[in-house]
Amino acid sequence: MTTDLATPDPATAIHAAPPPLAEPSGWHEIRLTVNGAPVTAQVESRLLLSDFLRDRLRLTGTHVGCEHGVCGACTVLVDGEPARSCLTLAVQCAGAELRTVEGLAPGDAPLTPVQRAFHECHGMQCGFCTPGFVMTATALTEQPRRPDAADVADALSGHLCRCTGYRNIRRAVCQALDERFDGGDAEQGE
Amino acid sequence: MSHGPSPAPRQPARGDGPWTGRPVPRVEDDRLLRGNGRYVDDVALPGAAEAAFLRSPHAHARIRSVDVTAALAAPGVVAVWTGVDVAHLPAMLNREELRTPPGLAELLDPYVAITPMPLLATDKVLYVGQPVAVVLAENRYLAEDALELVDVRYAPLPVLVDPDRALTEDAPLLHDELRDNTAVAVATKVGDPDAAFASAHTVVSEEFQAHRYVASPVETRAVSAQVDPYSGELTVWSNTQTPHRVREATAHTLGLDPERVRVIATDVGGGFGQKGILYVEEMLVPYAARVLGRPVLWREDRNENLTASSHAREQIHRIELAADAQGHLLAVRDRITVNFGAYNMTGLVVPYNSVCHLLGPYRVPHVDIDVVGVLTNTTFATPYRGAGRPETVFAMERAMDRLAAELGLEPAELRARNLVGPDEMPYATGLVDRSGKPQSYDSGDFPELLRRAVAKADVEGVRARQREGARDGRLVGVGFAMYIEATGLGPFETARIDVAPSGRVKLAIGAPSQGQGHRTSMAQIAADAIGVPFDAVDVVGGDTSATPFGVGTIASRALVNAGNATHRAGRLVREKIIEAAARRLGVPADGLDLREGVITSKTAEEQALTLAELAGRAPLPGTPEPTDGRHGTELSETVHFRPPGFAVSSGAHAAVVEVDEHTGETEILHYVAVHDAGVIVNPMIAEGQVTGGIAQGIGGALYEEMIYGPDGQPRTGTYMDYLVPTSSEIPDLDLDEIHSPSPMNDLGVKGLGEGGAIAPQAVLANAVEDALRPFGVVVRRGPLSPSRVRDLLRAAGRPTAAG
Repeated sequence: MTTDLATPDPATAIHAAPPPLAEPSGWHEIRLTVNGAPVTAQVESRLLLSDFLRDRLRLTGTHVGCEHGVCGACTVLVDGEPARSCLTLAVQCAGAELRTVEGLAPGDAPLTPVQRAFHECHGMQCGFCTPGFVMTATALTEQPRRPDAADVADALSGHLCRCTGYRNIRRAVCQALDERFDGGDAEQGE
Repeated sequence: MSHGPSPAPRQPARGDGPWTGRPVPRVEDDRLLRGNGRYVDDVALPGAAEAAFLRSPHAHARIRSVDVTAALAAPGVVAVWTGVDVAHLPAMLNREELRTPPGLAELLDPYVAITPMPLLATDKVLYVGQPVAVVLAENRYLAEDALELVDVRYAPLPVLVDPDRALTEDAPLLHDELRDNTAVAVATKVGDPDAAFASAHTVVSEEFQAHRYVASPVETRAVSAQVDPYSGELTVWSNTQTPHRVREATAHTLGLDPERVRVIATDVGGGFGQKGILYVEEMLVPYAARVLGRPVLWREDRNENLTASSHAREQIHRIELAADAQGHLLAVRDRITVNFGAYNMTGLVVPYNSVCHLLGPYRVPHVDIDVVGVLTNTTFATPYRGAGRPETVFAMERAMDRLAAELGLEPAELRARNLVGPDEMPYATGLVDRSGKPQSYDSGDFPELLRRAVAKADVEGVRARQREGARDGRLVGVGFAMYIEATGLGPFETARIDVAPSGRVKLAIGAPSQGQGHRTSMAQIAADAIGVPFDAVDVVGGDTSATPFGVGTIASRALVNAGNATHRAGRLVREKIIEAAARRLGVPADGLDLREGVITSKTAEEQALTLAELAGRAPLPGTPEPTDGRHGTELSETVHFRPPGFAVSSGAHAAVVEVDEHTGETEILHYVAVHDAGVIVNPMIAEGQVTGGIAQGIGGALYEEMIYGPDGQPRTGTYMDYLVPTSSEIPDLDLDEIHSPSPMNDLGVKGLGEGGAIAPQAVLANAVEDALRPFGVVVRRGPLSPSRVRDLLRAAGRPTAAG
């Protein structure tokens, strides 16, 4: 070895070919909708939805915190329902309609009431868990009727936040629900 | 759970100053809410190889052989390196933390054993999770596939998990070059503690254990690197709390000049101390980027974070208090054992913090403390939010409750009798602080903190309910805990201010943010110091190219150090602006004022000049040469603020809990925190910091524990078994605050990032013990999970629910 960095010979200096398959079962072609835009892609069967969104589509607002479905940071809406993108395979989403945090207020569009509530209530600090919370809260505001306090508590318990101590997140979700269901069921939310 | 009413929308950030003291909404949020965060793994580096680390499955073993042939042949693999391949790189990490401050060395002569951690293990592994090899491949899937093909043969060695056992004569030695498994040792004395114990009315002796838990930021650690083919500069993206230290260490490891290395830590998804130290992965990724000549990315998974990133908290305190008949403390003696894990990564930082925070807000004439840090076959332990203080407060505040029980006093009353008064400030404890100077509390009002906490906790109500007896097996209890925290650790922090030709102000600070909102609070300080609108200030932090020097955001130090550096730089820039305007307008400088970015004459209002008009005088062709040779773009200042000593924050927490005698479950009925962090710059951000700290403390008190089997195998390696509290477990908190400005800095601020996390373990243990008082239970360690509470009840002869 002549280099002072003691290089093991990479032997692959040129990468003209596409990267090798992540696994041998081959590619699947999927068609789906992401934030309203049609997407066609070749994916391996084991490719996680979170990696598909982040690495292939460069939608990096969806974050990965645990890769085993506990922290909730990777939550996106699949056909309107919150789903853990780290526990979902991209191939499972063929034909689905996906929404990620980037789809809520694209470009310079005004923040949605949920996003605004997180800002106004200081419901975020480092911001890493925030997109997951925001997507779950967005799904709550899109229910036909106001979800009751137990539903809200249940939805929030699927997300970990290490910064805020949760109080301001609860306030933010409450504010967004108030705004959406103003004059709704008085028993709710508190 | 009560969530309280929705608050009114916060005031927008407009209008004249002062900005300091206002809950200005964060400028960080909009970007983060749109998914435009820039965390390490979000930075696109086309053509990047991805790294995966092979980690030891053994807690202690010799490496007999490593065969990478099959892994190298696997699809998409670019390189596989073992310890031998990187043995030529220097292994020393965290050199600054391992250095004993000169004052401390002179006065206490501490023992510090240096145990450099190899970048990849060569002959021995010392904990489960230690990096043994690294695979670089076209993507992470392929890199992880290849990990399974690396063939390592180990010869297991006897395992040490228990720090007491590690100190016995016949214990196996972890590091062959050391005399024993001691990592650090230091002892200190004040007065004549032996005589005080001999003459005391009452002595309590107890053993308390702070259990091991983990910072566990939601964003795991990550690092990527790229050599710029044009400039040759090595750029490293790392989610570190200390980018300048990463730059120095990377340059040292790779044999580069630090100026050729740029470290960027823009958005960081929580740090809490875990990202405040240097790791081998952080060195190997830039190394790989240089060797391979292509970008390299590594992102840790959660199992790695729980088992192989630093742990914290595990300490044993054998503590004794001596008191007179009225409960006045005469002396404290404590023998502290700290489990360091396999390597000494941060030397005296945690152990000595535990020593010099043990006395807390109490007046103690005679003191005898020693501490030993012990090496064991567990993941290395380093500072985590509070850094040695939650552990020591747990021991002291538990001991205070045992003393109160012995004397038949209300715990709050015992505390009140021993508090240092506000008229005694600054107060010298007789100990030396972490920098080696005589320890001094700069300001504070401890009796007022306690008075407010007691008033909110409704002790009488709890006592009345206790007299009535348990309802349906539900037992109520109240607990208190107090703390002091030396904040604003030096040696310095940097702020650089530049006024751009447009009149906008660029502020660069050395301390990055991991969610603390520096872009907002530092802009508030700068706007006030200079006299410009808040939204004319842009703040850059976490990029070593923006300030030549910096320390970082650790140890409740950013607001004190970066804040005061910003304030001073802002005042100096303001002076320069006014001098330049005076020359331009031909009037004396003392006749001018600068507010909201406009320089006006105090006498003739028509003589007004905007900052843009002043700063925009660039030396373009046709522009008249300034007579003094100065141009607008030179409205710049760089300040390194060096704090003269620690700013001491303080607090009193109280908790009312209800324990279910049958299930062992603890419910927090009321949590009170009264704190004093001097002047508050942004009350909204401050409250968020306090609340978040308390939530982490509650997690440690009731749920979180990193558990090892006797074989050194971690048993809590996922979020399924390492229990981080969710929204359902953290109640709304009852917060109050007082403000004793620090005389140690111009702004009067004190650090508060860690404070919230210091008291919860102690206060909840005290409350649970109070609830279980009918059964004579003593709480000696946490977390107070339902199963541990049931263990306590069973040991006291109470039948509990099965399971």
